[in-house]
Amino acid sequence: MSLASPTGTPAGRSLMEGSEALVRAAIAAGCRFFAGYPMTPFTEVLEHFARLLPDAGGVCVNAESELEAVGMAWGALATGARAATGSTGQGLSLMQESFSEITLAELPLVIFNMARGQQDYYQATRGGGHGDYRHIVLAPQDVAEGVELVQLAFHLADKWRNPVLIYGDYLLAHTQESISVERIDFAEPLPPKTWAVDGSTSGSGRSKSVTPLGVAKHGQPAMGQEGKAQYGATKIPFMEREVRSESEWLDDAETVIVAFGSPAKFVKYAIKQLRAAGHRIGYVRPITLWPFPYEAVAAAARGPHVQRVGSFELCAGQMIDDVRIGVAGAAPVHFIGGVSTDGSGFGVGRILDVEQVTARVLALHQGVEQPTVPGYETFGYEIQPHQMEPTR
Amino acid sequence: MSTTSANPTPLGAVLNTTRAPTGARVVEPLLPDLLLTQEHQMCPGCGEPLAVRCYLDVLAELGVANRSIAVAGIGCYTSFSGTIDLDLVQALHGRAPSVATGVKRMLPDSIVMTLQGDGDMVNEGLQEVLHTAARGESITVVLLNNGVFGETGGHMTATSVIGQRTKNSLDGRDPSYHGYPILIGDLIAQLQGAAYVARGSVHNAGAVARTKKMFRRAFEAQINREGFSFVEVLTMCPTGWFIPTREGPQYMTETLGEVHIMGELKVDGRVHTTEEIHAENVARQTEIEAQLARGGLDTEG
Ligand code: SF4
Repeated sequence: MSLASPTGTPAGRSLMEGSEALVRAAIAAGCRFFAGYPMTPFTEVLEHFARLLPDAGGVCVNAESELEAVGMAWGALATGARAATGSTGQGLSLMQESFSEITLAELPLVIFNMARGQQDYYQATRGGGHGDYRHIVLAPQDVAEGVELVQLAFHLADKWRNPVLIYGDYLLAHTQESISVERIDFAEPLPPKTWAVDGSTSGSGRSKSVTPLGVAKHGQPAMGQEGKAQYGATKIPFMEREVRSESEWLDDAETVIVAFGSPAKFVKYAIKQLRAAGHRIGYVRPITLWPFPYEAVAAAARGPHVQRVGSFELCAGQMIDDVRIGVAGAAPVHFIGGVSTDGSGFGVGRILDVEQVTARVLALHQGVEQPTVPGYETFGYEIQPHQMEPTR
Repeated sequence: MSTTSANPTPLGAVLNTTRAPTGARVVEPLLPDLLLTQEHQMCPGCGEPLAVRCYLDVLAELGVANRSIAVAGIGCYTSFSGTIDLDLVQALHGRAPSVATGVKRMLPDSIVMTLQGDGDMVNEGLQEVLHTAARGESITVVLLNNGVFGETGGHMTATSVIGQRTKNSLDGRDPSYHGYPILIGDLIAQLQGAAYVARGSVHNAGAVARTKKMFRRAFEAQINREGFSFVEVLTMCPTGWFIPTREGPQYMTETLGEVHIMGELKVDGRVHTTEEIHAENVARQTEIEAQLARGGLDTEG
């Protein structure tokens, strides 16, 4: 994957927690404002921002709730600063109303979701808020890629004047890796933020407003509510150009697995082992969840030997919708992931294990039933007598 | 109904506003400071344009307009977002204090204020304004309180007074059914982070002059970095109160004004008791009557 050519002074590598690396990457990208509310496994992102931002000349506010957090980031963004907020999916549910309007106001918000598993795929890619909008969603597979994608997130947010979400999880936030955080200078220049407010045009007759409504200052051209919504809608196809994915071993693949984020790293490792044993399996890893790499998935599914496609996700199956759209009937699509969390509820369960992942990929490849997870008590819904037939 | 009437209207002869009276001449164009146009979309008799003028006039007088940023909530007054000549951030219903916090933290030398109504602030965004005040955020929060959702057509808010008739309290607000109003200024005055808290009104010229003084002290508190400042302005909403336009000022003082007591609620960090405020109001009234007896109001006072 080529993002840009890293320049600048290489700092020494050091062992650090994923959260700290992501925060240092954000600060390297120029982030100067963060507001958040603690919630596991996101909490450490907030801790590191609180510790590191003041020395970088920034501000981190411990918001009284997620509602305040996203509102504060909104205000900071309106001044032209690079700013972010974050939580887990649960906390982000509270912020959805603001996400909708921030997108309409074309503010370049960066959102960190250190999710509990992969149950927030719909929330991230479809959005829980009202209106026609999309957020670019970047899903790093590990801390090293996270350091790059966080910086890319701030760049893309400014490039498109649109929110960008980093989809992480417990592993990304808490894995210690030997890492050096270097600033990435993206080759594309960005225009100055002439729309930002600082009070200096107040009283000049040419004052500015940052607004999600289609209104403008008296005497300046206004889009109107409908025009504003149309404008936002027509931006979406252009943003789709930012699609990114990684794939491997598709030339001879009989089975293609699609997986994203930390679990994709497990899937890739499992497939590598299985290939060494002679199994012809390949994979596609979406790096952007929105825009989804439909074409990469379509191309993979149309491979000369492909007989089946599997979607591995740590949830009940959400990305599989996009996989099906991409495959478009070229091969059968199977769900081989599952709900997987331990007693903590933080999304790290028994399925996220090399042995389990390998067994699930192999079972699909061999056309046998998915294995049960040892020691994993499952609760299946039992249909009730009055529910046996659909209501007519 | 006939368009001509033998009886003069109670307001007397209607002025011809399309043609200037004989002998009149333009001395200078009168465009108020910090307004891009004199046109507005508010109902006749609405108090909100008066309150907005108070706030703009004071910013201009203090000479801080060119570093001032407004954050607007959602209500009838939102239509001023396009006509006030201030850099502005449009916030969601209830969220302006948090948005203003983000602006101020990035631009600590700017003068940041919110513009909110009672539905916006006291219903939807109560926790936002309380937390922002408790944090001692160096911003000025402005509440236009008319005790009703004007924009939706006259519905009960958290500041509607007992007995007030609205579209969803048809027989009047009944505490046993609808609960009690929140006296938001009094509540905020109790918070340590609040440096200056006042409640004014715009129902007559004296009230306007007094409210402007409140705005001045609130902005000065922000300029001097004393902490959070709060100005609540009781405004007339004849449309949402379902009364004739010209009865607005009287209805306001007799209903809202009896519950949401006007006066400075906290100055230099000291909370004023309701008794103190009453005593001050009585003294003020006595002074005004004395001035009138001497032949006219002292407009400088
Ligand atoms: S409804 Fe009330 S607050 Fe709204 S413009 Fe009319 S009078 Fe003013």
